[in-house]
Parts: sequence; C-alpha cells; structure tokens
Amino acid sequence: MAYGDKVIDHYEHPRNVGNFGTTQEVKKNPQIGVGLVGAPECGDVMQLQIRVDAETGLIDDARFKCFGCGSAIASSSLATEWLKGKTLDEGMAIKNTQIVEELSLPPVKIHCSVLAEDAIKSAIEDYKNKNGIQTTETKAASAH
Amino acid sequence: MIDQSTTRPTIYFDHAATTPCDPRVVEAMLPHFTDVFGNPGSRNHSFGWAAERAIDTARRQVADLLGADRKEIIFTSGATESNNLAIKGAAAMYQKAPAGSPSRGHIISCIIEHKAVLDPCQRLEKEGFDATFLHPGADGVITADMVQSAMRDDTILVTLMWANNEIGVINEIPDIGALCHDRGVVFHTDATQWVGKMPVNVKTDNIDLLSLSGHKIYGPKGVGALYVRRRRPRVRLVALQEGGGQERGYRSGTLNVTGIVGLGKACELFMNEMDDERERLYGLRKKLEATITSRLDNVQINGHPDKRLPHLTNISFGFVEGESLMMATKEIAMSSGSACTSASLEPSYVLKGLGIGDDLAHSSLRMSLGRWTTPEEVDYAADAIVEAVVKLRALSPLYDMYKEGIDITKIEWAAH
Repeated sequence: MAYGDKVIDHYEHPRNVGNFGTTQEVKKNPQIGVGLVGAPECGDVMQLQIRVDAETGLIDDARFKCFGCGSAIASSSLATEWLKGKTLDEGMAIKNTQIVEELSLPPVKIHCSVLAEDAIKSAIEDYKNKNGIQTTETKAASAH
Repeated sequence: MIDQSTTRPTIYFDHAATTPCDPRVVEAMLPHFTDVFGNPGSRNHSFGWAAERAIDTARRQVADLLGADRKEIIFTSGATESNNLAIKGAAAMYQKAPAGSPSRGHIISCIIEHKAVLDPCQRLEKEGFDATFLHPGADGVITADMVQSAMRDDTILVTLMWANNEIGVINEIPDIGALCHDRGVVFHTDATQWVGKMPVNVKTDNIDLLSLSGHKIYGPKGVGALYVRRRRPRVRLVALQEGGGQERGYRSGTLNVTGIVGLGKACELFMNEMDDERERLYGLRKKLEATITSRLDNVQINGHPDKRLPHLTNISFGFVEGESLMMATKEIAMSSGSACTSASLEPSYVLKGLGIGDDLAHSSLRMSLGRWTTPEEVDYAADAIVEAVVKLRALSPLYDMYKEGIDITKIEWAAH
C-alpha cells in the first residue's frame, strides 16, 4: 500500500494517544464521551475519547487508541486533532470524506475514514447520553 | 507496496513469495539469450541441436533432484500451470463419465491449498466432478488417515501440497501417496515450497504428479516443471494447451530455453548444497522465533511446532494489526495474513482454516529466510519486530482491555 506523507507522519508521530482513565473510571466520568467502533475480526478497532468542558460546551481534549492498519491509526489521530476546541455539533459535522481528502487515502482505505467518523459520532453520542442531551439527529428524525 | 526508499538496508524475509536468481543460475542462462538461441524444435540444424542439448541437460538436472527419470519432466511456465495441467489433465483422463454428465469422479484436496490448486478443483466441481476439501487440525497437517476417510469408490485424484506456503507445515505425503497407490488413485502434490529445502524421491515418496516452480528456488520466474510418473503406475494426462506437440504433447509451445536452463542449474545447485543450507536456515529460523517469543507475551507460532519447513515461520502478535506492524518495520520485507495487505479485506484463509480467529489472522507475519540471510539480519529483524510490537501495543485499545482483564471476545463489536 503506497501511503501519503500525512498518513506516515500521523503513523510515526500519532497525536493524542491514550485515554482518560481505565474503562470503569471513564464510564463513571460525566465529562468524558467514549466511542469504541470496529471489531478485532475486521482488523480495525478505534477507541476515541472526548472530554467536554460543561461551561463552554467545547471539546477541550481528545484521546485515541487504535488497533488497525496505518490508515486507521492516522485517521483516528487526525480525528483527535480536529475535535479539540470544537462544539459537539461541529464535531458531529466532521465527514469521512474530509479525512480521506486530508490524508489522501486510497479507495481501499476509505473504510478507515468511515470508522473514524463513526468513532467521533459515537463518542459525542455517548457524552450526550451521559448528560441527558437530546441529539440533533434524533430531533431531525422526529421532525420528518 | 510500502515505500522502501530508505537509507537503511532492506532485509528480504519473503523467500516464500519469490527468491532472487542465484548468480550461477544467471551465468548459465546468459549464453542462451544470444549465442545459443536456437529453437530446440528445429531438428535440422546445429542451432536447434545446441538448444536441445541444453534442454536435455536441464531435464536431467531437474529429474535428478526429484529422483525421477528425465522423460518424466514436463517444462511449464510455473507451478500454477503445472497444477492446472496435473489436476485438470488427470481429471479429464481418468473421469468416470464424459463431459456434460454428472458424477464424473471424486477429487480430494484441502481447504488450505494454494489458490492454484483450489481454483482448478472448484472449476472441475462446476464441470461435473465432486470434490472434498479436507479440513486440517489446528496444527495444519493433513494426515493419511484424513485422506483415507475421505476416499470413495469413485475417487480418481488426490491433490495435496507437500508444504504450505503460508505456514510451512508439512503434510504426510509419502503415506498419502502409498494410500493412493493401494487404491489406484492418482496422486498429485504441489511441492512448490518443498523442493530445494527438503529431499524428494518421487519413487519412494509414492508421487504420481509433482509441481515445482523456478522462482522459489533461486531460478528465474516464468518457468516451472511437472513431474509425470511413467512407470508403476504410468500416469497420463489430457493436455490443456494444444499446438506443436512439445513436451510429449502435454504442453505445446516453444520451450522457454533460457528459463529452463536456469531452472536446471538451480536444481543442480541443490544437489550439493541443500543439506547444509537446510541446517543453516533451520538454525536461523529457530533463533528468530526464540528471540521474538522470549521477549513478547501473547505471541503464537502458527501451525505444527515441528512438522514444518526449515526457513519459514508464521507468527501472530496478539492485539497488533499485521499491516501496521509491517509499516513499523518497513526495512524488512515480509508478508502478512492481514486483510489490509490485500484488496479483498479478508484475512488469510489458511490461518482461518486452522481455526485461528480473524483477530489473530489479522495480526500475523510470515517470515521466510533464504540463501543469503545472515545471522545479523535475523538479530536486527527480531529487535525491530519486538520494538514495533511494543510501540503498537501502546496504541492498541485491545491490549489495554487485555491488561484490565476484559475478555475482548465477550464484547459486542459492531460488525463493520
């Protein structure tokens, strides 16, 4: 697989690797939203955690861990960079196609960017569920 | 391909994929591009005679390595063609009913064969033959007992590889051959990975048809051979490719003289060097495995621990994905069972065939050593792989869960 420079850069120097505590600690912490997507059998698992400042409503920190190929690692690393400083709605608006474009992913690696978008959405949903915030998508869906 | 443009030396640990030509092979081939360029089919001038002599020599060199008679060697374009000719050619010759009818005969093979055996067998299934694909145990070995219990009255052909290309595991070929001969069933083995590492005697190993490839044994690409037994029993095939009637009519087409000369020379080199080379490669492979397994937890060597080729190892590294592991060790050329290394997005069917979970199949590396592999390269590679696994496990959410005591098989993963 020929990789672009940005994938290699993220792979060799992944940003924001880690988590905000053990699985149990994170589950109990209302400031944290967790997205865990993919499956070991599929060769990709992404874990994305966001920390939200309740006063400003901004995502003030994000961490990831990833089991997967170089593109999967790069996509999740990039997602953490993009999430920092965004509102939840801005985070929800991140599209996999933007990740594809930024990292110049080849067609066979597009699923890595889809997984990263899923991880972002899943982490934000988790935060909203923990804090009783109705999701925009549900509102939109019920409007129809 | 991962970009190999690096100042560090590139280590080649993918000899099961292909080997470089031995310089002695190239030297033997060179005159046949220019000076001795004749067509061995030209029977009426010295250019043709010289080419024919070169072919005769090569045929003897290949036959000697197999313990065969030179008349039993058919030159082909490689092991894929040899397998196709052996399987389809024998099926057509020994069929129980003509084309267009059902129940044309029964074939036995195995689910972890190379695609160049599986696909011809599946083609024959579509054309009215029955096929049984044996499942190996967790060690990957196909035994004579497994073949025995799959035998039917209408079995006409058994085709099983001698050693597996992904895991290097060795099947019980002489015993399976004996069983086939007792029952009058034709026995073909794809020996692509075996030849040149381990000794062959087609007579005492009870083989009727044997495929081999030039480029796996330090010969050129685009040339291979099929051994076709001529005595006790005499095995016959229906040709797939028709034309000038070369190779006793089994394989029409002007002979690839340069390639065949190279293949012959490659075989000749093994006559004197194979035993030493095998011992040396075995030592290096054991060292590589020992270093890696002693320094990392959750590592498994796939396939039978002892019944395996000397130069090849297939290792799964838990909680780490194979392609990212190769990316971290890009100065080492290897292959992986990870789906991410292929366009299909399916992990290795061979590892899955051993009952290895998809997660560990994605986490596997195949390393195959060769004639010019040095102990220093093995040490360097072992260090680099251990370092990369440690780095990637620090990134792996699965390794965190494992350390927290969470059973990842119990998590409801969203299938993607």
